[in-house]
Amino acid sequence: MLVFIIRRLLQSVVVLLVMSLLVFVGVYAIGNPIDMLISPDADQLDRARTIAAFGLDKPLWQQYFLFLKNALAGDMGRSFAFSTPAMTLIVERIPATMELAVFAIVLSIVMGIPLGLWAGLRPDGIAGKTIMAVSILGFSLPTFWVGLMLIMVFAVQLGWFPSSGRGPTELLLGVPVSFLSVEGLKHILMPAFNLALFNIALVIRLTRAGAQEALLQDYVKFARAKGLGNSRIIGVHVLKNILIPIVTVIALQFGSIIAFAIVTESVFAWPGMGKLIIDSIRFLDRPVIVAYLMLIVVIFIFINLVVDVVYSLLDPRVRLSDTKG
Amino acid sequence: MENIAQRAAVETPFRRFTRHFFSSKIAACGFILLVLIVLAAIFAPWLSPQNPYDLSRLDVMDSRLEPGQMSVDGQIKFLLGTDEQGRDMLSAILYGIRISVAVGVASTVIALLIGLTLGLLAGYSGGRTEAFIMRIADIQLSFPPILIALILLALTGQGVGKIIIALVAVQWAYYARTARSAALVERKKEYIEAATALGLSPARIILRHLLPNCLPPLIVIAALQVASAISLEATLSFLGLGLPVTEPSLGLLIANGFQYLLSGKYWISFFPGIALLLTIVAINLVADQLRDVLNPRLQTQ
Repeated sequence: MLVFIIRRLLQSVVVLLVMSLLVFVGVYAIGNPIDMLISPDADQLDRARTIAAFGLDKPLWQQYFLFLKNALAGDMGRSFAFSTPAMTLIVERIPATMELAVFAIVLSIVMGIPLGLWAGLRPDGIAGKTIMAVSILGFSLPTFWVGLMLIMVFAVQLGWFPSSGRGPTELLLGVPVSFLSVEGLKHILMPAFNLALFNIALVIRLTRAGAQEALLQDYVKFARAKGLGNSRIIGVHVLKNILIPIVTVIALQFGSIIAFAIVTESVFAWPGMGKLIIDSIRFLDRPVIVAYLMLIVVIFIFINLVVDVVYSLLDPRVRLSDTKG
Repeated sequence: MENIAQRAAVETPFRRFTRHFFSSKIAACGFILLVLIVLAAIFAPWLSPQNPYDLSRLDVMDSRLEPGQMSVDGQIKFLLGTDEQGRDMLSAILYGIRISVAVGVASTVIALLIGLTLGLLAGYSGGRTEAFIMRIADIQLSFPPILIALILLALTGQGVGKIIIALVAVQWAYYARTARSAALVERKKEYIEAATALGLSPARIILRHLLPNCLPPLIVIAALQVASAISLEATLSFLGLGLPVTEPSLGLLIANGFQYLLSGKYWISFFPGIALLLTIVAINLVADQLRDVLNPRLQTQ
């Protein structure tokens, strides 16, 4: 186990180095930030001074090694657009994205499990069939389009929810969160639902399949023979058995939820990391793009490592050597 | 019994395939819808009431008209309304479908060719080649598609060619993995052994014997992938990372109408969205049925 983790960590470092080189060289190739940073009527001296201040006059490989050295110290350079450290800019926006992601996960479990149970217990009923048909849409519809439709119906036509932004935040254990106030809840509900859509569909499918399988098991028959009520059998015995795989799968989805938050945050103008990266790409804000991409790669490598370890613990048949980076 | 035997005798593989395929009504509907969409995409220049990108034909006086209104000069009836430049939305959508479908199909075909080649190579040759190709595919598959596409587009910038490259990079690993596992199964079968014993060249064995038998699962995945490629392209274009304004796909049309959506002018965003939705649903319906028909395990059950 330890050898496996060490080997995986080494492999992750290699992936990270390759990604950093790719990202750095790639980002270097797009656009010329000098045009953006310096006003056209600045004189030669001003230009040279600004270029030197951002280290843009050195050769590419020197810039890369400087970047690597600074990155290891947690310094990813200053944002061209905000002139604050890029890492600070991103870290400030992490709570908003995390709140949205966690809320989406909670929503997908709270909505997916009851709907999935219903579809699993009455597979031939109209409600069950409708739930399954709608869950197919949850898989195939583009997220951003559903977000637009939510805004169109619930914000513009009905006026129930605000169309964008995060609303007021309050500090909870030093972290700004918005779900503590009614206004904040109103702001988070639509984007979180939008982000959760795919996972709601996933939980519905998993729960339905799990419930149908569990109902045939001996322990359910035994509980019935014992004279337990239907709601107790389903609410306690069946649910307890199908919950573990569902929660595992959803926890493993966390990485994709953070990735997909890019889309949802852009649609709902949610001030998180995803919106920041899209804005930064538009403004060619090189340090922020590099810092975000490196951070997200680190997050993913970490999540993948955890996933592999968890899977190998849950299922001993998984060969530890056959795992991904 | 005689009847059945006779029918079986005259039934070609193609006829059997179509009979299986159209046995589901909903799949047949999806197929008809898909044919209509593809025809609309191909014949967009002849079907649309105006050329939406010929600026001399646009009139700012027509801008943001509601669906069903006439143009100021009384020549065109805007069935689906107009956008901020007075462009007929129906025409814009027809041209948009053309671009979206073309990008989706092109990227899928290229990714299929690359993934298939690498997958067959890995499955047939084994050893280090296999380990190397599959390790890269594994690492790539552990990141969500949108993230990979985003990284690539952040690095390369906008453009039709660039978004196709990004979509190919996202997809190839699926095909490589499927082709490899199919090749691993097929390689151990007797007909490959027979071909090897006959002294055929590896290239001939791979192309003429291995490839045809590995194709069915790949066709199904490719069909499904066209839908997700179109969806991903629309998402990226919506975010402003995909296609440039000169080649407006459905995603870009939706993005352009987004700001007007908030003021209640729904049609600029809504109708391109419906077109995107119908395209994706139609492809999914056809692909699902293809999976059922082409999967030999399901047929025997």
